[in-house]
Amino acid sequence: MIREKSLFPLKMFAELNSILNTSPENFKQGEFILVSDRQSDASFLIHHFLSFYLRAGCKVCFLGLVQSFSHYSAVSQRLGVSLNQAREKGQLVFFEGLKESLGVLLQRNTSNGTPAVDFLRNSSSDLRGLYDFVRGNIRASEGQGEDWGPPVLLVDDLSVVLSLGVSVGAVLDFSHYCKATFCSELQGGMVMLVRCEAKEEEDEEESDEGSEQLLRGLTHQCSLTLQVQGLLTGYCRDIHGEVEVCWRGRCDSLQIQRKRFQYKVYDKGALFFARGTSSAVL
Amino acid sequence: MAAPSSNVGKPTRDRLPCNTTSFQKKSRSKLVSIPGTRPSVQNGQLIVSTGVTSLDYVIGGGLAVGTLMLIEEDRYDSYSRMLLKYFLAEGVVCGHELYVASAQDHPNDIIQELPSPILDDIASPKPAESPNKSCDPEGVDTMSIAWRYQNLPKVQTSLACSSRFGHYYDVSKTMDPEVCQAARCHSFYLPERSTSVTSSPAPPSTATGQSPMPEAYVSLLKDLQEVIHKEGFDGSLSQTKSRNILRIGLHSLGSALWGDDICCSNNPSHGHALTTLLYGLRALLRSSLAVALVTVPSHLIQNKALMARITRLSDTAIALESFRGSEKETNPLYKDYHGLLDVRQVPYLNCLVCDLPDNKDLAFKLKRKQFTIEVCLCHLKVSLADH
Repeated sequence: MIREKSLFPLKMFAELNSILNTSPENFKQGEFILVSDRQSDASFLIHHFLSFYLRAGCKVCFLGLVQSFSHYSAVSQRLGVSLNQAREKGQLVFFEGLKESLGVLLQRNTSNGTPAVDFLRNSSSDLRGLYDFVRGNIRASEGQGEDWGPPVLLVDDLSVVLSLGVSVGAVLDFSHYCKATFCSELQGGMVMLVRCEAKEEEDEEESDEGSEQLLRGLTHQCSLTLQVQGLLTGYCRDIHGEVEVCWRGRCDSLQIQRKRFQYKVYDKGALFFARGTSSAVL
Repeated sequence: MAAPSSNVGKPTRDRLPCNTTSFQKKSRSKLVSIPGTRPSVQNGQLIVSTGVTSLDYVIGGGLAVGTLMLIEEDRYDSYSRMLLKYFLAEGVVCGHELYVASAQDHPNDIIQELPSPILDDIASPKPAESPNKSCDPEGVDTMSIAWRYQNLPKVQTSLACSSRFGHYYDVSKTMDPEVCQAARCHSFYLPERSTSVTSSPAPPSTATGQSPMPEAYVSLLKDLQEVIHKEGFDGSLSQTKSRNILRIGLHSLGSALWGDDICCSNNPSHGHALTTLLYGLRALLRSSLAVALVTVPSHLIQNKALMARITRLSDTAIALESFRGSEKETNPLYKDYHGLLDVRQVPYLNCLVCDLPDNKDLAFKLKRKQFTIEVCLCHLKVSLADH
């Protein structure tokens, strides 16, 4: 019993790690991973990457724009990582978008409040303030001589700022600046979640819609995409959807490598399997 | 044997009058239990009932405290309004505080129309002398077979604060006015608010930092935050005040009466006004002991992507489609139902995944004493004889 318990934490996202050929001890630096979803919820991947990079000993900056800290903390607890401890030790910088935004939305203290949520003030609906916040936090740690690994930026989820009035161009600027800092300059990494709507075939003119444009722009900037999609045949209890993993821009090969899997999320991780090999089917 | 019950050896008067057994679970948690709430079996989250037990079931047990439920209105806003009333009625029965906001009907009118609860089967604390009365073996009312139930009250005559989860309502009667008065209700009726809040659309955003939201939304958010803070739902008051839940009902957000134009035009000038409001609501709710129910006339919103964004910024989301006035009304396949119900979204909070019942092909029927939601097997002609 006890032996199973200690093995189990390693299994949680082990399949995903082997698909991506990576592990907390040995991961590729300078990667920009784009996670996107359509008619499904790819948040489970964000939870995975958060615990992955914390386990790897990286300095993590997490922009939690859509849920409270306690939500991520509760899930990370199940995955075996304590966010509270990481925050206290200084390994994790957690930005709670909801909490910081409320003051601005209520139009109280218009001069106070962190400039990170300046995009809500509408005077400048770009994400420069947010970028300054992120960079300020990474720079601060460098001077203190802390022994953390390369810095990683995680964003959940980036497309929500489109709903708050930020233009696609501003978001792409933000991701470009972040990539330059985190991936190129500091050789760390970046993971961003973008959520898209279901594609309807007859709505060709809607293909210029914000989140589609954003997805196209970010796909161009990133080095690895994980596109999560619901099953075309509808909801299934045993298969929650499909993931397409796409490696881009490998300098040693001309082709873009793609792989497709089906997945099922359970309370402590996710199982990935080749299409048609779900245990419910076989 | 497990740890002894803390009630062993205590005199009778210390035991909870509601229980018929002397067993009392030893609870380590210091949380005061709030009437009308219970922890979810999925992830331990505190949940409340929507007022419709079958709806509670399809959304995974109930509404989590701190979340927002979106209802996409049916064409004539009849059933969505009914669900709003069930939600508020459930709040009255559980002793929760209410906050009702509307731009169309006065919140007082909505409160007066709440359905009357059916309370026959609720156990209430009994006065101390009754156990002696029913010990008479010669009495006509003495039960000889089900004698263990002898001491239970027969009929609930007054509305005590109910600790049950989920109730039934009789929609042919309205709630007793005295009961409505007893409930604490805050209202926000847009036409009555100060003259600086007009329902005209917000001016185009200028460089001086104008709010992206129409004035109506901003004042709604401000008022709600004031109520939450003043009444202590965000934990601002001392611990001695007993905890309660604030039930927030927001009617027809996004409609033109709120000063929003997403229902009026294909290219609204402030397409992100409602989504910004929902984001602000989420921020408020996550830090308070409150639950919100929002109805939106989605059938007027042309932009599907916008509707998807609105759904994403809610936690639980359902859509109603009524058969009334459509060709489905006379379709013999749908004769048993009043409309279709689609569960668009259910949140996974504090966990990676939840176990949900099968949520496809649901249809609803509003009966006098129950709002039923069933899986509608209309599109499949399943012959039961084959099974």
